[in-house]
Amino acid sequence: MREPKIKEGRGLSKVMQSWFLHQVQTRCQLPARSTTQTTASQPGHALWGDTKPGPSRSPILYSYFRSSCSWRVRIALALKGIDYETVPINLIKDGGQQFSKDFQALNPMKQVPALKIDGITIHQSLAIIEYLEETRPTPRLLPQDPKKRASVRMISDLIAGGIQPLQNLSVLKQVGEEFQLTWAQNAIISGFNALEQILQSTAGTYCVGDEVTMADLCLVPQVANAERFKVDCTPYPTISSINKRLLVLEAFQVTHPCRQPDTPTELRA
Amino acid sequence: VEAGFHHPILYSYFRSSCSWRVRIALALKGIDYETVPINLIKDGGQQFSKDFQALNPMKQVPALKIDGITIHQSLAIIEYLEETRPTPRLLPQDPKKRASVRMISDLIAGGIQPLQNLSVLKQVGEEFQLTWAQNAIISGFNALEQILQSTAGTYCVGDEVSCPQVFLYYRFKVDCTLYPTISSINKRLLVLEAFQVTHPCRQPDTPTELRA
Repeated sequence: MREPKIKEGRGLSKVMQSWFLHQVQTRCQLPARSTTQTTASQPGHALWGDTKPGPSRSPILYSYFRSSCSWRVRIALALKGIDYETVPINLIKDGGQQFSKDFQALNPMKQVPALKIDGITIHQSLAIIEYLEETRPTPRLLPQDPKKRASVRMISDLIAGGIQPLQNLSVLKQVGEEFQLTWAQNAIISGFNALEQILQSTAGTYCVGDEVTMADLCLVPQVANAERFKVDCTPYPTISSINKRLLVLEAFQVTHPCRQPDTPTELRA
Repeated sequence: VEAGFHHPILYSYFRSSCSWRVRIALALKGIDYETVPINLIKDGGQQFSKDFQALNPMKQVPALKIDGITIHQSLAIIEYLEETRPTPRLLPQDPKKRASVRMISDLIAGGIQPLQNLSVLKQVGEEFQLTWAQNAIISGFNALEQILQSTAGTYCVGDEVSCPQVFLYYRFKVDCTLYPTISSINKRLLVLEAFQVTHPCRQPDTPTELRA
């Protein structure tokens, strides 16, 4: 297979460098106090301060319609038939609602998703999914066999740790507008080159064998990101065909970014 | 080469923090293994060789050959070791505490390290590498310091060592006095034998000038 080439980075332009330095100086806050931001108020939605977690309440998912990490968790909740309430966090409006003091208290990484469930708050999408798997074990999202579980985790980590963090919003902001597209494409192409190879030995109907697993929850949102960043997926036939098969499943449909409470009208299905 | 049926084989770079995580897990669990060093810099980067790429298409360390399979991604390796060699535990039994452990591990392994690894720094360019790496670490440590204030006991989550996440970021000159919880946990961990013997300064491929 001819691997798509990574475009060589040329470093950052002088303009970008000084912009970047300014960002570093203003954004790198010490733990004690956060940057002053407009507190997000969301008419029609519960404010996190008001919603106390507890066994009698349904879980609360802090999510952004287009966040691939949030989408992974939405799929897991849907597959496991867990009802939940969505509190949308708009990553762009108001300077980014993830930077509000309230949300930062919930998730100091200032990222979505975060899930309030069973009296605790968990963030990091795969940690959330593993918790759901351990506490609501059916239907399974991880196979029983440890070697197959290793494959599922390997693929999930490749995507969630090896691709997505390199092309998320805050990194692209640092890279700067001029280079954003190339940078994101590079991250995805490197990862997909590897993933296509790996899937050739693990995949059946889906990423690992013939059951939907956590790896599939990571794949579909990442392919959606690839499309947003105009990555040509024809060099990745295995990724593409698995993605197609997954997208027809109900859990992937109802949780799709185009069908969320916070999906803008012009992007709604 | 047989896929580690008799003796696990760890593909590792002495200074790779991801490799170090797995070395600690293997040491804590008392698992003997063979090291195959992969130098990320020499020969244009040995991770780019055809052989290694066949082993790990992501062209990264660590990779572990064990029980007839090859696993990469450090946390996937550690979870496999935990499931197949369950003592001593690296994850607590309680699901909520396990969630905390995974959350912290993912924050570091997915939220900090990938942003300051070698291939990303190459793309950022030499002039800017240090600031970029510092930024990645500072953002992550700001969050981690806050989180640890509610999860930590002697170590990151309670009083048992879990999913070892030791990192030595002195290389990037991050001022760790700003992170007292991270620093004190790090100090306590560094005296443990498993963290000592697996330290970058004591590896088969540690250059002479960096050896302890």
